[in-house]
Amino acid sequence: MTATMQAHPGPRPGFWTRLQSRPAKPYTHPYFAGALLGLVLFASFFLTGNGLGASGGLNRMIVYVEDLVAPEHVDRVPYLINLAGGDRNPLDDWVVLVAVGAVLGGFASGWRNGRLKLETAKGPRISTRTRWVMAFAGGTIMGFGARFARGCTSGQALSGGAVLSAGSWVLMFAIFGSAYGLAYFIRRLWL
Amino acid sequence: MGIFPLALDGLIGHSGTLLVYLLIGFAFGYVLEMAGFGYAPKLAGQFYLTDMTVLKVMFGGIIVAMVLVFAATGLGLLDYNLIWVNPTYLWPGIVGGLIMGVGFIVGGLCPGTSLVALATFKIDGLFYVLGVFFGIFLFGETVDNFSIFWNSSYLGRLTLMDVFHLDAGVVVLLVVLMALGMFAGAELLEKVFGERNLRIEPKARFAGAAVMIALALAVLAIGQPSTEDRWAAVSQAKTAALTERQVQIQPGEVLHLMHEHDLTLVLLDVRSESDYNLFHLADARRITPEALPELLPEFRLEPATTVFLVMSNDETAATTIWKTMVAESVMNAYIVEGGINGWLDAFGAGDDRITPTAAGGDDELRYAFASALGESYPASFPDPQKFELTYDERVKLELKRGPAGKGCG
Repeated sequence: MTATMQAHPGPRPGFWTRLQSRPAKPYTHPYFAGALLGLVLFASFFLTGNGLGASGGLNRMIVYVEDLVAPEHVDRVPYLINLAGGDRNPLDDWVVLVAVGAVLGGFASGWRNGRLKLETAKGPRISTRTRWVMAFAGGTIMGFGARFARGCTSGQALSGGAVLSAGSWVLMFAIFGSAYGLAYFIRRLWL
Repeated sequence: MGIFPLALDGLIGHSGTLLVYLLIGFAFGYVLEMAGFGYAPKLAGQFYLTDMTVLKVMFGGIIVAMVLVFAATGLGLLDYNLIWVNPTYLWPGIVGGLIMGVGFIVGGLCPGTSLVALATFKIDGLFYVLGVFFGIFLFGETVDNFSIFWNSSYLGRLTLMDVFHLDAGVVVLLVVLMALGMFAGAELLEKVFGERNLRIEPKARFAGAAVMIALALAVLAIGQPSTEDRWAAVSQAKTAALTERQVQIQPGEVLHLMHEHDLTLVLLDVRSESDYNLFHLADARRITPEALPELLPEFRLEPATTVFLVMSNDETAATTIWKTMVAESVMNAYIVEGGINGWLDAFGAGDDRITPTAAGGDDELRYAFASALGESYPASFPDPQKFELTYDERVKLELKRGPAGKGCG
């Protein structure tokens, strides 16, 4: 720090700037994080009988919005009736709370570890705009696939895998298989 | 049988239960972010062999949770019957998985990690989450067009133990060994493609691997409870309930339950096919002891307002089935007191097609029928206004334990 900087410190940065300027700590080692994840997953099964999940929570949130906007439509589609037909509240479900909790927990860890940052994480060879489009496209495909498979990497691969559901293991290999299969062809996105 | 999982709603109320889930989610999101899963390029690195964090965290999580689940079950603390094991829809799962893989590599995130990315202000995370909402919306709007396929190849609560005909302990050990092998392979790939310096990796990981193998061996040694073990865990209380006639429901109460709208009555008739065809209660379902194991997962998923009534001609066969159901964690199971014989004693008079015969052996039908009308006799569904029977009220609905909803859906 030079003498000039010491003489003129300038105005204190705003709250959001300070929030995002915390020094970034290194990631936890994968094996240790995996062990912690396993403990959380076990605790969930042990206490509640349910594993973890995410897509189900997002599913119910979007169905909630659909029910607000077009309730008669929801009452006519079998897939939607089960979730929000009549006066059923789709948000009153464990997986919605887990999804909301995950956002809070992700924020808390990001805050503590100095990784809160308004930015676009992307590969070096593509533009930010391309990344946004690809993220939306990837999310769309994933969302569709997750309901097709009745669960995503959290609800099926991780949770179902841990309790040895045969379908979950098959599904898990399908996810990895197709991702690996496509990776080379779209390497420009990431490498 | 295991006191875990808990009947949370009963212990801490509905809001308390939702809070528990919120806290679990909090821990979940926190750990994911700690591992770096809010950062899409890191996740994508998995598929270019440069950064195998996804594999290590996911499989690390799987084997730790798996070993703990099966250890807790083997020790009688946790009831594996009451935890959510995703039912297998084979082909929809495969197709869905293939689609998800595309979404994963194109977007660099998955639903859970996208929430974490969003939470740490990643704009790509926001776009991804919006995409997931859109994709789910598209699914809801189009699924009716392929709902036959979507509901096909249903194999029920199928486990790897069922598929490979191996004990849980063996499967646990094999999965642990496979995971450790994959970790070793992953480290090698990271060294080759990601230029990772293996020498600065924590040596503790070898100790960790040894611990996992030891735990898996312990699980194998402890074993998993059989139906007999499960019955033995509850036999004192349940045998007392049988001798004190607390779980045998009198015909008058059965009749009342048949007309009760607040609950779902499942009538299980365990007699021979010929007896069943002669006469049975309205909507009674005939099951055999051989078929019972396959039906148990279906029974366990019933809500807390479902009552099972098991019946035979007297009570012997019904009691045997009842014991198995109770041992295997089916809630609200009861026996029809006096069985069909007792039922016809109460409701069969006045129908001259039904005639009592000489008392036969135990659990033999004491009635003869002019023709085999099944449930078309009036006595199959007696009119409650015609019969004023007194009875001791014995059905008590139990608190629901285990998966609240239908899994992640």
